[in-house]
Amino acid sequence: MKKVFVCVFAIAAMAVSSAGYAVQPDEIMVDPAMELRARDLSRELRCMVCQNQSIDDSEAPLARDLRLLVRERIAAGDSDAQVIDFLVARYGEFVLLKPRFKSHTLLLWLLPPLALAGGGFALWTYSRRRWDRGSDAAPAVLTEDEKARLAALISTEAPAEKS
Amino acid sequence: MIAETGHYALVLALALALIQSTIPVLGARWRDPALMNIARSTALAQLVFVAASFAALVTLHVTSDFSVVNVFENSHSLKPLIYKITGVWGNHEGSMLLWVSILALFGGLVAAFGNNLPLSLRAHVLAVQAWIASAFYLFILITSNPFLRIANPPIEGRDLNPVLQDIGLAVHPPMLYLGYVGFSISFSFAVAALIEGRIDAAWARWVRPWTLVAWIFLTLGIAMGSYWAYYELGWGGWWFWDPVENASLMPWLAGTALLHSAVVMEKRNALKVWTILLAILTFSLSLLGTFLVRSGVLTSVHAFATDPTRGVFILLILCIFIGGSLTLYAWRASALKQGGLFAPISREGALVLNNLFLTTACATVFIGTLYPLALEVLTGDKISVGAPFFNLTFAPLFIPLLIAVPFGPLLAWKRGDLLGAAQRLIAAGVAALIGIAAVWAWTLGGSTFAPLAIGLAIFVIAGALTDLAERTGLFRLPLAIALRRARGLPRSSWGTVFAHAGVGVALIGIVCETTWNTEYIGAMRPNDVATVAGYQLKLDGVMQRQGPNYREMVAQFSVLLHGQLLDTMTPSKRNFTTRGSSTTEAALLNRGASQLYISLGDTAADGSIAVRIYHKPMVLLIWLGPVLMAFGGMLSLSDRRLRIGAPKLAKAARGLQAAE
Repeated sequence: MKKVFVCVFAIAAMAVSSAGYAVQPDEIMVDPAMELRARDLSRELRCMVCQNQSIDDSEAPLARDLRLLVRERIAAGDSDAQVIDFLVARYGEFVLLKPRFKSHTLLLWLLPPLALAGGGFALWTYSRRRWDRGSDAAPAVLTEDEKARLAALISTEAPAEKS
Repeated sequence: MIAETGHYALVLALALALIQSTIPVLGARWRDPALMNIARSTALAQLVFVAASFAALVTLHVTSDFSVVNVFENSHSLKPLIYKITGVWGNHEGSMLLWVSILALFGGLVAAFGNNLPLSLRAHVLAVQAWIASAFYLFILITSNPFLRIANPPIEGRDLNPVLQDIGLAVHPPMLYLGYVGFSISFSFAVAALIEGRIDAAWARWVRPWTLVAWIFLTLGIAMGSYWAYYELGWGGWWFWDPVENASLMPWLAGTALLHSAVVMEKRNALKVWTILLAILTFSLSLLGTFLVRSGVLTSVHAFATDPTRGVFILLILCIFIGGSLTLYAWRASALKQGGLFAPISREGALVLNNLFLTTACATVFIGTLYPLALEVLTGDKISVGAPFFNLTFAPLFIPLLIAVPFGPLLAWKRGDLLGAAQRLIAAGVAALIGIAAVWAWTLGGSTFAPLAIGLAIFVIAGALTDLAERTGLFRLPLAIALRRARGLPRSSWGTVFAHAGVGVALIGIVCETTWNTEYIGAMRPNDVATVAGYQLKLDGVMQRQGPNYREMVAQFSVLLHGQLLDTMTPSKRNFTTRGSSTTEAALLNRGASQLYISLGDTAADGSIAVRIYHKPMVLLIWLGPVLMAFGGMLSLSDRRLRIGAPKLAKAARGLQAAE
């Protein structure tokens, strides 16, 4: 949807490059297991000249170079982590679509769990306080008169479906 | 002449909006019905003038008047008529005009159908609408005027971006904007309630249909855009966690939360302050989305800095409206009285839990989208936040939410019985376990996560059906009575069932597509056969064809299953001469809910053509889910209590009590 959106909204933006596609037949590795690793790694790596596209999706020449580089490293016997380290050393952390957990991404990684925990805690204390106060304030039992009226109401009306 | 008329109509609309933003507020202050009623006439007149302005731009595009910059840059005389019309909003200026047209439409609808609203509330709501409208009219007139002329008109236009020359452009942006802008009504109602300092269950009943309408359109708009990207972009992806997509997902998540909290407010008169805040936040996120995609800040922070006129203008609008409404909220929210009490385990409690998870999910998208921008501005460090981050953070948020979904409707208001609800869900749980076992046995040795996720989806669907069975007494009462009760069930209950089941359906599609998608990439020559997921696809041949404003290369494939010819597929690649760019037109073949997908790449020197073939199991469910959700929304919208509308003033006292 990216490119469609981008074009709809930011016409000024973007090379509307020929919509060819990402992985080309001549790039594919002979060993299917290695190719699978290459594809999985490609999805985690950013095509740095594109807007938020992984090199697996992008048809930009740079993305192709990176895909070939990833395959070259895999063929040379690197582990997945080594390939990633190699690319980060070369291109910086910008190349990672999932940023590493470090001091400058602390907030990014911690905010979602903190928001959930904080929201949950706030709700819990708030509802307890209100419920306690509410049940203190409300009369605990009905008076005899009210009970009689209630019984009369219940007996005259069939139980209604509550939506 | 037409361009000038359109321009002038827009200026008049601005003048009307300025009147509408001030006089009715004064009228409400002085309790003068005549002044308050001005809002109604100005809103309707505004709609007329904006519609005239929009019609003028459409006419210019249809008649290919290249003396207008906007037409010259985005149209071509040979373009098919439908794309001449849709091209109106396929560019910045035109899409902003569509934005204000829809805003005026909603304002006009409130004016036309808001007769049962209290006079001062209607005056305030329309005044707030006019504040938003004035800001955007000014934005268009000052920075993005679509009616500017060229001194020496060229003979031919530059044509519309070929990727946009698709039926998707006719449907997707208008739907999306109906959603985005529709939330302005909830926003206006919220601000009006804060100004008046009064809010009750009747308020929630007036707001709910508008929120529902916006939500239905946004749901369909996002799903439609996703499907469009899927078939148009040629690599079969349907969601990319792109900032522009996230910009539409955030209001959707917040809007979904708003729908649910408005239910609590309408039925139980609780969560008032929170509902108001959500209404403000939802539209703020719509505005933020407009800023993100319109200012160019996403392409790069530097592109924004080099031509900041538009960006800064929208940023200003953003700050004024979000800052202003939140300040008003902080100042006035304490004046709103808290409503009904409820225990943590209750229908209200379940809806609060829903809100907690949806708003956290929304916050996650928010921070993931804006963090890289903020970090770059503050420290200069560049990082990327993409699909892997969102997939990792979304799953832990949505799994507990989806487990909780079937419980909500089965709990009673005020104080629920969790054990009882769990007992009633035993059948759904068993269905889920059978589903997990079956899928696991089928794909032995495959992913362990996928069968569990499908089990969860089955639980959600079966849970929705359980709710239906409980309400109608199916299996408990004789069938005839159950059917009668099903007919008598409020439409909004049916809506809940469809919408919740839709979530499960979409989840099945997502899991199947991402886990068991098969792909073939290869260079093929005529008579070559590729085998994908048991289907044989034979390339019969390649031919050239001339379209209205493009040339295309069409490949014909025969699809065979067990040696039997099923169908032929004709993917193509189009070259648009004017822009010198090309598009891939993928060929799709439905097999039940699954699809075969072929897209073409480049032709090699030896005459072979690069081909990418996918088999995508259950992929159609990804979009059937949102369609079911939207259908549920429509059922809910047609509920009797919303059709009849809020009680009239004379019966107000009784009506409020009958709001249960």
